[in-house]
Amino acid sequence: MTSIRKPLIDKHLRRNDLGLTVRDYEGVMSTLCAGCGHDSVTAAITRAFFELSIEPHRAAKISGIGCSSKTTAYFVGQSHGINAVHGRMPSVATGAAAANGDLYYIGVSGDGDSLSIGLGQFCHAIRRNVNMLYIIENNGVYGLTKGQFSASADIGTKPKKGAANEQTPIDPVKLALTLGASFVARSFSGDKKQLVPLIQAGLKHKGFALIDVISPCVTFNDHVGSTKSYAHTYEYFHPVIHADYVASKETITAEYENGAAMDVELHDGSVVRLRKTEEDYDPRDRGAAFDYITRHDGKGEIVTGLLHLDEDRPDMRDMNKLPKAPLNRLPFEGLCPGAGALADLQKDYA
Amino acid sequence: MNPTNTTDPDYFHKVVDCQWACPAHTPVPEYIRLIAQGKYTEAYMVNRHSNVFPGILGRVCDRPCEPACRRTRVEDEPVAICRLKRVAADHRDEDISALLPKKPAKTNGKKIALVGAGPASLTVANDLAPLGYECTIFEALERPGGLMISNIPSFRLPATVLDEEIGYITDLGVEIKYNHPIASMKALLDEDYDAVFVGSGAPKGKDLQLPGRDEAAANIHIGIDWLESVAFEHTDKIGKQVLIIGVGNTAMDCCRSSLRLGADTVKVMARKPRAFFKASPWELEDAEEENVEIVVNHSPKSFVVENGKLTGMVFEKMEYELDESGAITSQKSAGDVTIPCDDVILAIGQENAFPWIERDIGLEFDKWDVPSVDKDTFQSNRDGVFFGGDAAFGPLNIIWAVEHGHQAAISIHKYCEGTDVTDRLAAGLNLVTAKIGVNEWQFSNDYDPSDRRQMEHVELTERFRKLDTEVELGFAPEQIATEVQRCLNCDVHTVFEAPLCIECDACIDICPVDCLTITVNGDEDDLRTRLTTDADNLEQALYVSDPLKETARVMVKDEDVCVHCGLCAERCPTAAWDMQYGVIHIPLVEDEVTAAQVAKGVAAE
Repeated sequence: MTSIRKPLIDKHLRRNDLGLTVRDYEGVMSTLCAGCGHDSVTAAITRAFFELSIEPHRAAKISGIGCSSKTTAYFVGQSHGINAVHGRMPSVATGAAAANGDLYYIGVSGDGDSLSIGLGQFCHAIRRNVNMLYIIENNGVYGLTKGQFSASADIGTKPKKGAANEQTPIDPVKLALTLGASFVARSFSGDKKQLVPLIQAGLKHKGFALIDVISPCVTFNDHVGSTKSYAHTYEYFHPVIHADYVASKETITAEYENGAAMDVELHDGSVVRLRKTEEDYDPRDRGAAFDYITRHDGKGEIVTGLLHLDEDRPDMRDMNKLPKAPLNRLPFEGLCPGAGALADLQKDYA
Repeated sequence: MNPTNTTDPDYFHKVVDCQWACPAHTPVPEYIRLIAQGKYTEAYMVNRHSNVFPGILGRVCDRPCEPACRRTRVEDEPVAICRLKRVAADHRDEDISALLPKKPAKTNGKKIALVGAGPASLTVANDLAPLGYECTIFEALERPGGLMISNIPSFRLPATVLDEEIGYITDLGVEIKYNHPIASMKALLDEDYDAVFVGSGAPKGKDLQLPGRDEAAANIHIGIDWLESVAFEHTDKIGKQVLIIGVGNTAMDCCRSSLRLGADTVKVMARKPRAFFKASPWELEDAEEENVEIVVNHSPKSFVVENGKLTGMVFEKMEYELDESGAITSQKSAGDVTIPCDDVILAIGQENAFPWIERDIGLEFDKWDVPSVDKDTFQSNRDGVFFGGDAAFGPLNIIWAVEHGHQAAISIHKYCEGTDVTDRLAAGLNLVTAKIGVNEWQFSNDYDPSDRRQMEHVELTERFRKLDTEVELGFAPEQIATEVQRCLNCDVHTVFEAPLCIECDACIDICPVDCLTITVNGDEDDLRTRLTTDADNLEQALYVSDPLKETARVMVKDEDVCVHCGLCAERCPTAAWDMQYGVIHIPLVEDEVTAAQVAKGVAAE
């Protein structure tokens, strides 16, 4: 953390469509360690909300427990938010998304919060295809309790002191692919060029969007021998597909070499332009994506980018035929049709 | 780009915009911090070391530092640097004799003649007298100060301030011969002086030869001559309606002086629109506060004389067309207009005049009849004759005169020692960390968004009663406390150690002005297209690091809008960024003496 808040100097700041500056999308001062990857993810989220010109009050931030879960306080201050119980963020997000489909839901969690105590919740939110952006700030350790290995720690990774990890890691990306997630990405806190458009696309994607962000713990897991350090991530970082977020199809002007780019239109008409850096990679093919990642895992490579995208899956609200309007705006009669309607319904099961 | 060479003293010096812009390179942030700590005397001495006249300059400096101030690039108004200098002078200890240079026990036998007791000569004497030089200043008037006394009205610069600061120099044993104009350079050179310094200013005010000029001569005055006559109390009144021709700082002094000598309406007549005015904005403001009317687009045509007396002036009304950059593309006349007046003061510029320098003594004059003077050494083409101040290159200002004096003193010393005047010490730089703990610094790093404090003035009705009532009251304690915090401490530099960087982006995220970027290297034009935020001021450098160890990219810092808050250093987990005090050493003649002694000592060993 710093000794003072970042001072507000706005003479040079650009304004978005709402007339807001990027500084209007900040939250309170971070109390994380200096150099924490999470602060960079916070900066990327701030930037993405600013670029999308989302009204701050249309954002809802949900988190659990851990260093990562503290970060929702550090961005988009003028928004809704719940800091939930450890591992229970997905349930709270599911409930909120069911009640009000008008908000941008962003859940921020960590490898501890999502892959151990909250693993079940995480899986079921994916199955339900809750319309939310789910960011895992993945550093392989429990930073808040001084650096014990988490479930994402790789085999052989060394702690600051003590024995190397021998348990197999849970990879949230591969897990999400097997569970049928409709938007699966991996990125790195040190690469905002990749991360910011991913966050933009994830926020605009209809359904569950997972971004697993390697976000090094500068205090407990940034040493030689760690597979989640800055140095290790830079060395093994392997981008296969770059996503550019484009607000609307009309604004696409850049020309790409034949076959090198593909456009995927999102439900609101905006476009994700996927640029391949690996020739044979097809982000629409779930099985191939899984194979590719598994193959490169063997070489220690960290495959990054928008690894899988499926815009055709219905989200939770569609599957459950929920009304478009938020529940709190429905007339009471609509929400509660009365004893007669219940009796009629029950006749079907008689 | 190649990695920035931060060992070049000029690199970090340029980052301290105020100090870089100041001709004498006064370490502004340093003295502002001292003021913030209540160390007024120390602040005064830091000033005096470089600019010799802090009390004077704290009131009437041309302030090249303020337009340069970094604060103007992050908000509208610069730090009130000049007025803080006055704070140091106002609040310092009464008796600072223990801190001032001393009159040497014995002289070194070298005699220096200085022509004119203005800021240039006084600075030369200030630098040389403590070394044992016998300095004699020849002054045409009865009091010292040059234009500081003759051209700057006492309501802006009180005589007590002048006398005190000039007194510190005469106390060094410097002799001033008053009422002693030099009539012949040849005669002066024939006397027994080892070197001659000419600091006689640019004493000739420009005239305006228009129809009626001669007939109305009694009521047409040359600005600088008139101000001198007022200063020495030879003139104590003026007509009710006064026109000032010209709109520079002399014009401002003329119009404000007129109001104090009985004028009712004073109009400053400008030939061009406001954007072309030469006067400093603050001097224009002060004049307009006193209800001086500034009339634009009036070109003087003739003087109206009735019964042998001036009754008005005819002006041609001008219309200008400007291009986008504001330059005049065409002009046309929109007819004549007569404006009644009782007196006219011409303040349209001044120039050098050396009627007392014979043209056959081997001193070279250029085609504008100005002596040829070396820009670095201030030596003329004749050995042992030096020029400085307005006498050297035409009208500038006090702070330039001081800097000329410092440089000329070095040259005079070297000349008298028989060493090469061009072989001068280079500027130096010392960097020391400002860190005193985790996220603790030796300077106040928080950004204070307060607006510039406004100087309080004496009430209008009060200030016209006496000619020498100082208008500005100086800063009150609350104003001092706020204004010092507006300084961005630009001399505490962001210094980057590339080998320590782990490329975590923390500094980039926390920077409040987005001046940091990690990117692949390229040439400057290319790099500027890839910065976190557009660099709109190409005058300011890009600080480019060595390649970083993870990705071989480079850290680039745009020096333009950095507010020196130190948050990059606070967020950096590896201390790759540090905040370091940069002390710029600008050598004076005393440093040349020390360096020579050291060199001699080394040679002896």
